Amino acid sequence: MKIRGKVWKFGDGISTDHIAPGRLFHLRSNLPELAKHCLEDARPEFVSGVKPGDFVVGGRNFGQGSSREHAAVVIKMCGVGAVLAKSFARIFFRNCVNVGLPVLILDTDRIEEGDELEVDLASGKVANVTRGWEAGTPPLPPVMRTIISDGGLVEHVKKHGRLKLD
Amino acid sequence: MGRTLVEKILGTHTEREVRVGDFAVVRVDFSYVQDGTGPLMVRRLAAMDVEKLHDPSSCAVFLDHASPSPRLELSNDHKFLREFCRRTGAILSEVGDGISHNVSSEKYVKPGDVVVGADSHTCTNGALCAFATGMGSTDVGVAMAFGHTWMRVPEPWKVFVKGEFPKGVYSKDFMLHFIGTVKGDGATYKALEFLGPTMEGLSLTGRFTLANMAVECGAKVGLFPSDEKTRAFLKDHGREEHYREIRADEDARYERVFEFDVSGLEPMVACPHFVDNTKPIGKVDKVRADQVFLGTSTNGRLEDFQLAASILKGKKVHPGVRLLVTPGSRRVYREGMLDGTFQTLLEAGGVITGPGCGACVGVHEGVLADGEVCVTTQNRNFRGRMGNPNASLYLVSPATAAATAIAGELADPRQFT
Repeated sequence: MKIRGKVWKFGDGISTDHIAPGRLFHLRSNLPELAKHCLEDARPEFVSGVKPGDFVVGGRNFGQGSSREHAAVVIKMCGVGAVLAKSFARIFFRNCVNVGLPVLILDTDRIEEGDELEVDLASGKVANVTRGWEAGTPPLPPVMRTIISDGGLVEHVKKHGRLKLD
Repeated sequence: MGRTLVEKILGTHTEREVRVGDFAVVRVDFSYVQDGTGPLMVRRLAAMDVEKLHDPSSCAVFLDHASPSPRLELSNDHKFLREFCRRTGAILSEVGDGISHNVSSEKYVKPGDVVVGADSHTCTNGALCAFATGMGSTDVGVAMAFGHTWMRVPEPWKVFVKGEFPKGVYSKDFMLHFIGTVKGDGATYKALEFLGPTMEGLSLTGRFTLANMAVECGAKVGLFPSDEKTRAFLKDHGREEHYREIRADEDARYERVFEFDVSGLEPMVACPHFVDNTKPIGKVDKVRADQVFLGTSTNGRLEDFQLAASILKGKKVHPGVRLLVTPGSRRVYREGMLDGTFQTLLEAGGVITGPGCGACVGVHEGVLADGEVCVTTQNRNFRGRMGNPNASLYLVSPATAAATAIAGELADPRQFT
């Protein structure tokens, strides 16, 4: 599947407090309302401007901090097609896979705010339409590919009746 | 070839022997959520059509983050979680019992266990030689439902520490120094093993501080071998029978080896807004403090409060500062009451709250105003962490926090000890 959209560029070290702030702790059982504040503390204009299929592009250690899965969920609820970063924090990366939000690792220095990207989720190829280049990304481990192809961890468990990774 | 702590623990939880880099289904001994991550887990279990937990006595729900609840939405979340525990038989740790990591180390986690928690600081229990790591709500739901999870066996890093801590310098200062050295993402996916004479000499309180912050440099776990101090801790908590000695083999192989000598270390400070933005206290410009916070899963144990009280005894908190004190658990609250620690902190001008996460998570009990500064013993200083993105947090040891409370500005504890 190919997705095409516009880039929202973020810096290094975007934490889960930027994505789903602790002060909105009381909205965690009200995800549509929490999603209205997605990434608010990094870029307040993000939620009102993001379009389905747009990309969140970060620098190093995207998603560091808390284990709150809500962070991955609200980015997905905003319609974001994929998150691209130089590197991801471990728990956030795993949460994204579990909730079915595509994550890709590549050198994001060559991507600017507003660039148009085309991402092929099957092959992991990223094309920067604005700047005219194409790049591959490292494939996910087989475990994660299985979970994604099943539609996330909930669907995986429903399909197999348990965790089935071999 | 010798084996590391990681290989020894995970090796007893998988069907076949594992080596670094392997992906494996791993048996889980203890799993938990807290009130911020629990409601989503309960909904995920419902979506998976899971009604029964694999072993409810190994599953726990801790009401610690918004505790007691400051808002009706959170009161409803607590009610929802209590109903889940009643329905499934999972352990309920109520409002006032304390922080998940602190209480689980006092009551449940054993050396050699695999522990998963829907809280990034689950790694705290690495101090008991448990392979303890944080995951999201869905992953922990799977662990509660089926008694296992999947993992990639992380590369072990040896953190060898020698030398005696100078006066006024503690395990927190070393961990801030370590994170400043490897950086906030430097150890992503790795397993830290804390070894060497200085680590062997550390009390369990000091070990919990280090293991707790392993995640702040990206590590999956921060492990200590179990030893006589571990045994004494378990005995003190009425469960010596849970002790098991686990040590890495002498010829175990590590991906990286770090060697530190703490004898020249100074009190360290993590400046806003990243944990790896660390400096020796002498290199930090003057910082006026509005709030000082003692507590959390990093530094919310009796020894931490005793250290702060030894500095604050007979002194007064600076009139410009609010000193907040939040015991990490009910047990610590009681012990600190009985030995006079909390009386000392109260008489110095502190506010003693009930046990829990307190102000650290930005929900209640000390949310900062715009432009304010908090000097705190917690583990994280990201923008917005204490509930206000227009406030600044400095991370320090309990001694530096106490000195700061007296001085009204970030202060070197060595002038008070």
